Amino acid sequence: MFADYSMAELMSIFAMQGFAGLTLFSVFVLMALGLAIIFGQMGVINMAHGEFMILGAYVTYLTSNIFAEYAQNLFSIYFFVAMILAFVATFLLGALVEWGMIRFLYKRPLDTLLATWGLSLILQQIYRSVFGAREVGVTLPDWLMGSVALTDSIEIPINGLFVMGLTVLISIAVFIMMFRSRWGGQVRAVVQNRTMAGAVGINTEKVDRITFALGCGIAGVAGSAFTMIGSTGPTSGQLYIVDTFLVVVFGGASSLLGTIASAFTISQAQSSMEFFLSGSMAKVLTLLVVVGILMLRPQGLFALKIRR
Amino acid sequence: MSHSGFRSLLPQQDMVYFAILAALIFVVFPLSMDIFRLNLVGKYLTYAFVALGLVLCWGYGGILSLGQGVFFGLGGYCMAMFLKLEASDPEATKIQSTPGIPDFMDWNQLTELPWFWEPFHSLGFSLLAVIIVPSIFAYIIGVAMFKRRVGGVYFAIITQAFAAILTILIIGQQGYTGGVNGITDLRTLKGWDIRSDEAKYILYFVNGLLLFACLFIAQYVRKSKLGRLLVAMREREDRVRFSGYDVANFKIFVFCLGAAFAAIGGAMFTLQVGFMSPSFVGIVPSIEMVIFCAVGGRMSLMGAVYGTLLVNWAKTTFSESFPELWLFAMGGLFIAVVLAFPNGLAGLYQTWVAPRLSQWLRNIRALRPPLTTAQSRS
Repeated sequence: MFADYSMAELMSIFAMQGFAGLTLFSVFVLMALGLAIIFGQMGVINMAHGEFMILGAYVTYLTSNIFAEYAQNLFSIYFFVAMILAFVATFLLGALVEWGMIRFLYKRPLDTLLATWGLSLILQQIYRSVFGAREVGVTLPDWLMGSVALTDSIEIPINGLFVMGLTVLISIAVFIMMFRSRWGGQVRAVVQNRTMAGAVGINTEKVDRITFALGCGIAGVAGSAFTMIGSTGPTSGQLYIVDTFLVVVFGGASSLLGTIASAFTISQAQSSMEFFLSGSMAKVLTLLVVVGILMLRPQGLFALKIRR
Repeated sequence: MSHSGFRSLLPQQDMVYFAILAALIFVVFPLSMDIFRLNLVGKYLTYAFVALGLVLCWGYGGILSLGQGVFFGLGGYCMAMFLKLEASDPEATKIQSTPGIPDFMDWNQLTELPWFWEPFHSLGFSLLAVIIVPSIFAYIIGVAMFKRRVGGVYFAIITQAFAAILTILIIGQQGYTGGVNGITDLRTLKGWDIRSDEAKYILYFVNGLLLFACLFIAQYVRKSKLGRLLVAMREREDRVRFSGYDVANFKIFVFCLGAAFAAIGGAMFTLQVGFMSPSFVGIVPSIEMVIFCAVGGRMSLMGAVYGTLLVNWAKTTFSESFPELWLFAMGGLFIAVVLAFPNGLAGLYQTWVAPRLSQWLRNIRALRPPLTTAQSRS
């Protein structure tokens, strides 16, 4: 299948597909980071994670419309405001959901799956009633449009670069929060041994609530970034949920580094195969390989060595 | 089976429940509904096969599979492939550029029948395939997962991934599978028109009988030592393992049994509805099947059947009159079942109805003794 292309063409194909893969990688990482916190750390299966992401995307869409209407001269920076608003909105919704639903289910992880699936159906229908069934997109500010030409045949879109930069920043922020802050220490303590954490004076209920809400908040930011590279519909979140869970499981559920590594592997595999096979076959092959590896190595790529 | 064996398999109380369900399915529904509604009930009952399998896997064994749609779909597709081949004989398809192959293959520029379609010319092979293909598939997944002691949440996510993979594969390989539309326009089974009203009646009763066969098998598993072991494994898997049982093999068996049930349901679905499409295979239908089981009560075989009927009936009624409200109702149902009634309808029946019923029965019996003593004196 490589015979029809010259060497230089092949190089640029791989570079461009690699870049497309990096954009997919960004979305995966952003979604999976939130999920890695909720699922990997807390053990809650949040099937509504995609819908939290879409909420962030809709908030961004609304903000861009408001800026276009009332503050045209500030339009170039609307995205940063939107990102903060998206975070706040999803954070609050996440806290509410934890308070109303999840906190009763910590001992029954399979049931969180069903309950959050119900939540995702309700959220989807709310989006459909409020924003309509059609997909919506945001207008990008001028400085995010266009592309950088690296060579004659390799061009890289700026919005993709921007989303990637954002991903790196958010990943670093999450890493610092989880592993370098006092709060992160509390979260990990609660996850490892709830009773003991409570006994040494950690307010476990509060930690649970904030952890869940933070995971949702990151999903909101992911949604905000998602609007830069794609359009948003009521069911867009569902498209990514299985992939995201696989990313988290494949990486080793409790390892953030593993999550990033597996997001990279899966997205690169998928986008480089996409060029040579049809999109659906590329996806089937990727998923099959991932599931196959998971069958051989159920603990994922980067498993923490702990005694259970 | 000896008489006492039968008694222990079906205690008096369960016998009453079986009899009520049989009366409902074989007498009340056929007499009270027109053929359109009855066909609809038949369609709902095909999902009850899946729910039965889930009761054994999930309620008893604690293995939540989010990929039952895969087995339902495989069973359904095996049946549909046979029916499609019969519907596309060279005579009926002579306007195609290649007569004798299914119409969607012709539209996708295929010029001969793919090799894996060939054996489906035979009805016997197809009927065997309905059960065996999904069971083998379940066996492979089961061996790979349970032998490595993967269970719980991971198992749920991986089975869900299989549901996603199969859907994408079916939709992507249009020429071989019929794509998004699925395999449609199925007409006859060995020359017998399955679309006529008479055929629909017969298929409904065949479906009901098969459901009862599966119910008896499930009841047998539930009452046997295997059933007790499943519950024990759900509660404390390590203790069962330390007692010397090979936990994985029991799990694999019950998972394959659930898959076979689902496949029978899928095949009956194809026969009664007249087509099969990837929209019954994917993630969403698979999770919906879990909710049928959860609403009925994950520990109750009868509950699974009633839950399936109730949720589907509600779905049809709601989406006919208030399409927007249906998703809210469905989502609310999921949350309510999990938070408020983890044992579903069967749990409600056990806590609220059954004590009153037995109280009432006791009252009736309490009235009788004077009468019998009087009779015995005279």
